[in-house]
Order: sequence, then structure tokens, then C-alpha cells
Amino acid sequence: MSLLSFENLHVSFKQDGGLSPAVKGVSFDVKKGETVALVGESGSGKSVTALSSVSLLPDSAVIEGSIKYNGQELCGAPEADLRKLRGNDISFIFQEPMTSLNPLHTIEKQLAEILLVHQGLRGQEAQNRVIELLTQVGIHEPEGRLKDYPHQLSGGQRQRVMIAMALANGPDLLIADEPTTALDVTIQAQVLTLLRDLQASMGMSMLFITHDLGIVRKLADRVCVMKDGEIVEAGVTKDIFDAPQHSYTKMLLDAETVGYPVPVPDDAPVITETKDLRVWFPIQRGLMRRTVGYVKAVNAAEFSIRAGETVGVVGESGSGKTTLALAMMRLIDSDGPIVVLGKDIQGWTQKQVRPLRADMQIVFQDPFGSLSPRMTVAEIIAEGLSVHGLGEYASAEAAVIEIMTEVGIDPDTRNRYPHEFSGGQRQRIAIARAMVLRPKLLVLDEPTSALDKTVQVQIVALLRALQVKHKLAYLFISHDLKVVRALSHKVIVMKRGDIVEAGEAAQIFDAPAEPYTQALITAAFDLAVKEGAEV
Amino acid sequence: MKLSPLNQRRWRNFKSNRRALWSLWIFTTLFVLSLFAEFIANDKPILVQYRGSYYTPIFNFYPETEFGGDFRTEAVYRYAEVECLITTGGLVDCFDDPEGLIADAQDGIVDGEPIEKGWMIWPIIPYSFNTQVEGPGAAPSPPTMQNWLGTDDTKRDVTARVIYGFRISILFALAVTVVSSAIGIVAGAIQGYFGGRVDLIFQRVLEIWSSTPQLYVIIIVFAILGRSFWLLVFVTILFGWPALTGVVRAEFLRARNFEYIRAARALGVSNWTIMFRHMLPNAMVATVTMLPFIMTGAIGTLASLDFLGFGLPTSLPSLGEMTAQAKQNLQAPWLGFTAFFTYAVMLSLLVFIFEGIRDAFDPRKTFQ
Repeated sequence: MSLLSFENLHVSFKQDGGLSPAVKGVSFDVKKGETVALVGESGSGKSVTALSSVSLLPDSAVIEGSIKYNGQELCGAPEADLRKLRGNDISFIFQEPMTSLNPLHTIEKQLAEILLVHQGLRGQEAQNRVIELLTQVGIHEPEGRLKDYPHQLSGGQRQRVMIAMALANGPDLLIADEPTTALDVTIQAQVLTLLRDLQASMGMSMLFITHDLGIVRKLADRVCVMKDGEIVEAGVTKDIFDAPQHSYTKMLLDAETVGYPVPVPDDAPVITETKDLRVWFPIQRGLMRRTVGYVKAVNAAEFSIRAGETVGVVGESGSGKTTLALAMMRLIDSDGPIVVLGKDIQGWTQKQVRPLRADMQIVFQDPFGSLSPRMTVAEIIAEGLSVHGLGEYASAEAAVIEIMTEVGIDPDTRNRYPHEFSGGQRQRIAIARAMVLRPKLLVLDEPTSALDKTVQVQIVALLRALQVKHKLAYLFISHDLKVVRALSHKVIVMKRGDIVEAGEAAQIFDAPAEPYTQALITAAFDLAVKEGAEV
Repeated sequence: MKLSPLNQRRWRNFKSNRRALWSLWIFTTLFVLSLFAEFIANDKPILVQYRGSYYTPIFNFYPETEFGGDFRTEAVYRYAEVECLITTGGLVDCFDDPEGLIADAQDGIVDGEPIEKGWMIWPIIPYSFNTQVEGPGAAPSPPTMQNWLGTDDTKRDVTARVIYGFRISILFALAVTVVSSAIGIVAGAIQGYFGGRVDLIFQRVLEIWSSTPQLYVIIIVFAILGRSFWLLVFVTILFGWPALTGVVRAEFLRARNFEYIRAARALGVSNWTIMFRHMLPNAMVATVTMLPFIMTGAIGTLASLDFLGFGLPTSLPSLGEMTAQAKQNLQAPWLGFTAFFTYAVMLSLLVFIFEGIRDAFDPRKTFQ
């Protein structure tokens, strides 16, 4: 029998006097003990659908249709009834483990609070239950971690605590909203395995929201594919993966980054190189601020990039990838030579570096954060020209039109503001801003991580085309190994600031020497936990 | 000028708040009217016609001799003699019996001879803020048909003083707000953008600065340089600018790590351009939310300084001074009520307007 069923659900948001629909007539149900995955790209309405079940949407939302939990109508149910359901029968896990936990309370206090509110457990009884829960979600030596604050835990541990909180009252239904998106691949694999085991042992139902089809294949019994607020296809996971009916599902399934980079000629000139590059942040203590040690964000990095070549940098979050990129761009202080076009620019003032900035450009991860929201696209793209001059262009206008055409955005849209563009288009604009200066070196800091899979494929294709056409040198930073393999000639593997392995891409991917690299690759390509690897 | 979509949305949001919109209209009307206070409450006529030519006493100086009088000082238009001279076209008999002559001259003929009849157009309130009202009774005198809100303790018309006092309060507050915000924003921007040592030193300087007792400085400066409106504006700005620094500094500290700021630095854009082109718009929302407090605060500062007697020079109309008079003349309640209601209306209107602005800038608030 079905535990939770949605019937003809419509959700719209009040905006400027009108209603903008987010979910348009969605019907599906979750049976007891099964996992249903809601899959779709960002903006497809999957989170809104899930949150509407127990009215966790903002006040501006208008919900119509019917949502039944165990036969009880939830749509329009009084707040008191819903509150009883939330946390008791229906639990949630959210995407961001850092912001979902209160930073001012210990783990024990946050877990005990739930037990107190819903079950009335106190004192020793509550503490025992907390330890039991933490053990259940795989936290080692939970007794010693009770008094820890969220910031003392790693991202994966925080997500485990979140899962423990969700499980505290033995819910019948767990709604997981992209629970692994913010985690590194290795930890992602661990958390997914944990969720699957817990679900099986506790006999829960799970509504799993994700954009990652790899996860769905591993975890879900049934899949609903959402697009623009509607379910375009639904069915048993195996059927959907083996024989997708809808063209959109096919497109999602085909959206795997494939191919290999174009080989570089042997006589290609070296664009940039560095040796023993260090970014150390001093730890200062005491009254006199004596330096007692260093946080080694980047330690002895070494590589060189030739024209038309891509060096991929991989590693988990906190391994110093982005710091390395910023140091290469002279955006933060560092030690060691940074040679760009034959000149060592280490120690130059910003004024001295400025003329060279036209030759070295950077594209950032977040296409929403990297464009100034109050400037038009034309202004954003042309800004570099105002610093470095027009070069070969006839006018700034002509330059903007030319570069927008090249990166595949309609130049007629140049007077719009960034918020009117989708994530993929915004990333193209960010690339256009860098490319308009005709750089020789492009540093790409996770340029595809914030994008949907289908868009990732397009951006990777664009980057590859630009590289071939302009003989660009790329320093490509990503935690997504599939994308790195598709673009990189050489790969550097970083761990806590150190380079643990470096070499030709083919060699690293096919025969990784270090256990750390092996763990990364297993997790990324098979979504499995590599046993015994210290991560 | 075309508003950006965001600002259009804000304007729509503001308009949907009826109270704020009405307050804005009422306040704007009152403020614009008070800007033309000279044409509403003045002891000089707006326009004079004398022997066929026109005179504008509000803008120009005319000695009494211009109208056939004796003195070379400025004509005192409210005196019956001067009125008579203007009405009759400068007849010498005006000095003997002005009232009689004015009555006689209404038909254009005096003693059988035609005269060049002149006229004066007076403002609605024929007193300026410093005009001594002539008439019987001790000061302060209660409201009459002649003095709508009575007179104060030196027999000056309260209505006229309210109009001028309102204007000077608002102008003072505007001047202080604009200049001290500009300084505060720049100071906060520099601290937040550069951070580190600059920020550290600047913060300590600010702490010392804001612990300086403002009142003593004002008393000392006024004792040395004498009181004046602009000196008071200057001193208030001197101590008022740190109000915004904290907010702007916080916004800049946050924004300096935004990726589009990094991208701009990677393009080689100069620090000043980054600060004022890319980062300032971020700080504007916080600034706009803080501005009302600065503005109403400035009005309050002026009022309390005037009340204590350390504010504007006594020659200028001041609501604070009226409040002080009300306290000393409890038998004349019209002074107290007038001062109270003027402040209440002025501050309430401002608070309602700014409340609307703050809500309109709040992206999370939804409006119908």
C-alpha cells in the first residue's frame, strides 16, 4: 500500500502580483519500504514537490491538489497535525550539512532535543539513545564526540549526524533532498551506502531527490523524471535506465562527459610553469603574535603547461586546489616562482602584473556569484577591455558581439542582466569575459561543478573547442574526475596541500599508484567505497 | 532615466504600502511648501505696485524713500504709514492720518483729486519668524485670528516659526545625512576592502573618536567661533559619520571574497573601480536601511541641542527652542502642543516613509 501519495499537485509562487507555477500537476506515490527517486535538473520543481508534502514551503507558495500520508489528507491540514508528522513520521535530510546544524550547540544537545520533544527522553536515557544513533550512522567512538560542535566535524560526519537526527524518531518516510551534492565523491559514496543499509534495516520508505543519475541507479527502486514542474516519465529504475521512453530522459542518460583531449604537438611553447610553489598561512599565538606553525594550503606545487595543453588538478575539498589557482593568478600571496610567458611574476606589484593579466585569465565555479548582478552582460564582458585596451577589435561593442557568438550566446541578449540567464549561459558569459582579452592561459576553477549534467557536457565541448582554436593553456581544477579525464592531458592529485601524484592523464586514470588516487577514482566512477583507503 | 527591473520592483513594493506612499506625498508637499516659506509667512509683501511700477520686496531692498517716505532704511511694509504711501501713490498727508487716508483712497480719489492708486499682495501669514507682533497683551499671547497659534515669549508669531523651523530641521537633517553618509560609506569601504592592518588601525581610531563627548566639543567650538547654522552642521557631521561605517565595512568584508570581485581583480581592474563599481551597490541596501536612523537622529540631535540652548543661533527659528520656551511658560500650552505635534507629525511621516523603503528593499518580503 502506498505511504505517501501525491495527486495532481500544483504549486505556484506569488510574485509581483502574479502567480508563477513551479509544479504543474504531479502525481506519484511512495510505497512502504521502497525508495523513490525524483530526478531532474535544477528548477524542475523536485524539491518544491517534496517540501510541499508537510508544508515546509515559504508563505508565498500556493498549493493545490491532494497529498495523502497513510490515507490522511495533508493538503490544507492544520499546522498542529503537520508538526506532529514532521520529524516523527516524516524526516528530512537537506543538502548543506554545515547550515543545517546549529553551530552553537553540541551534537549531543541537538540530538537530545529531538528525543525530548518527540519522545520525552531525558538524562542518561537520552544520552544512551544518542550514542546508539551515532553508532548506527557509523561515527567512530561516539562517546568522545558527544561534546563536539558542528565545526569540529568533517563534512561527511556532519551529514552523518544529520542522518542520525532524521532517524532519531524511527520515521516511516525519509525525504532526502540532494543529501550528497555538497560532499566529496569519496564521502558521497560512503553516505549513500549508509543510507541504503539503514533503509533496509529499518524498513523505511525513502523519497530521494537528486540530479545525479548515477546515484539513482545505485539506490532507487522507482524513478520519476521531472522537467519544468511535470513528471515526464516514471517507472521502475531498471526499465528507465534500460529503455527510456521520453526524449528528455534519454538526453539526461546520454549526458555523460566523454571523449579525450586533442593531443599537443611536441614543440608547443611553455606558457606557464612553477616550481616549489607554496602558500603557507602562519598560525600566530600569544601576545606577541609569534608564529608557531603554518597551515600549508599549498605545499611545493610543481607543474608546467604548454600551449594547447590542459593540466587537471583533482582532490577533495580542502586539498588546496583553489588556493593553487588563486596563487597562480597572483590573487593571493605565495612563495616560489610563477613563470608566465617566460617572466617570473612572483613579487611583482599588482600594477606591474596588470599588463600581463590580459594573457592570464580565470573562470570561477559559481556562475551565479561570479557575475556582478547589477551590470549588463555587455558591461561585464567589456570590462577587461576598459583596462587593457581594445587590441584588435574595432569597438567594445564589436568585441562583445564577436566573443558572445564564439561562446554560443545570442549577441542580441547583451543588454540583459545576468539573472535573466540560466546557469549554463552564465558560465558561458564568464568564459566570454575571460576570452575577450585573448588570453594564453586560462585557469578554470571548477567551471562545471555548479551546472547540471547536460549543461556540463556542453561547457566541456566549448572549452575543448576554444582550446584547439586558440592554442590555450588550461589549468583545470575540478573534483569531478569524469570531466577532468575528458579535458586533461596531465593530472595532478592533491591532498591537504601536497601533490601526492602527478603524471599523464591516461596513466593516472588507468593505473593510479597512490591509494588516495585509487579511492578517488573508484568513488567517482563506480560510486563505491574503496575499502581500506585512508581518506 | 529608466529604472532597472530590480528598482522597478522596489518602487512597486513601496507603492503597495499605502501608509508609506501617503506619508511620502504629505511629507513632500509639506517640505516643498516650507521651501517657499518666504511666500507663505513673511513681513514683506510678495508684490507691490506703486505708481505703476512693480516691486518685489522679498527679493530686493527698497528704502522707504522709494515710496515717498522719509527714511533711507528699508520700508517697514506693515506700518500704516508705508501702506498709506503705497496705496495713495506717496501722498505726504500719510504721515498725519494713514488709516483715514487709506479708507479715503479706496475709490481712487483723495480730496477730489485722482491719485495713482497702488496695492500690496501679502503672504497668508503676514509675519516672518523674527517679526515682533504688535498689539496689546503680554507675551506669550494665546492664539487669535491674527496669530493662529499664538505668539512666543518674545511676541513672535508661532505659526511662522513652525513653518521656518520645520524647514530648517529638515534641511539640517538632509545636509547632515548626505554628507555624513558619504564620508561614512567611503571610510567603511576602505576598511572593509583592504581589511587587515588598515582595518585594525581604522577601527581603533573610530573607537577613540566615537567616545569623544560631542556636547563638550560643541560648547567649546561655539564659545570660540560663535554659533552658526553651518558650524553646527559641520560639528554634527564630524561626530555623525561613523554611524554608517560599521554596516558598509561589514558588507565590504563580505563582498571582497565574492567571485565577481575576484574576477574583476583577475582582469586587472583598479581597486577604486572595484570598490565603487562592483562592491558599493551591494552595500547600498544596508545603507538605505540605515539612512532613516541617521536622518531622524539628526533631527533629534538638533532638537535637543536647541532645547538645551547649545544649538542654532537665537536669531534662527528653531522648534527645539520653542520646546524650551514651552517648558518655561507652562501657562501657555499652545507652545508645548505646537512643538509636540510638529515633531510628532514630522518624525512619524519620516518613519513611515523609511519603513516603506526598508520593506521595499527586502527581497524576502512579498507584496500583493
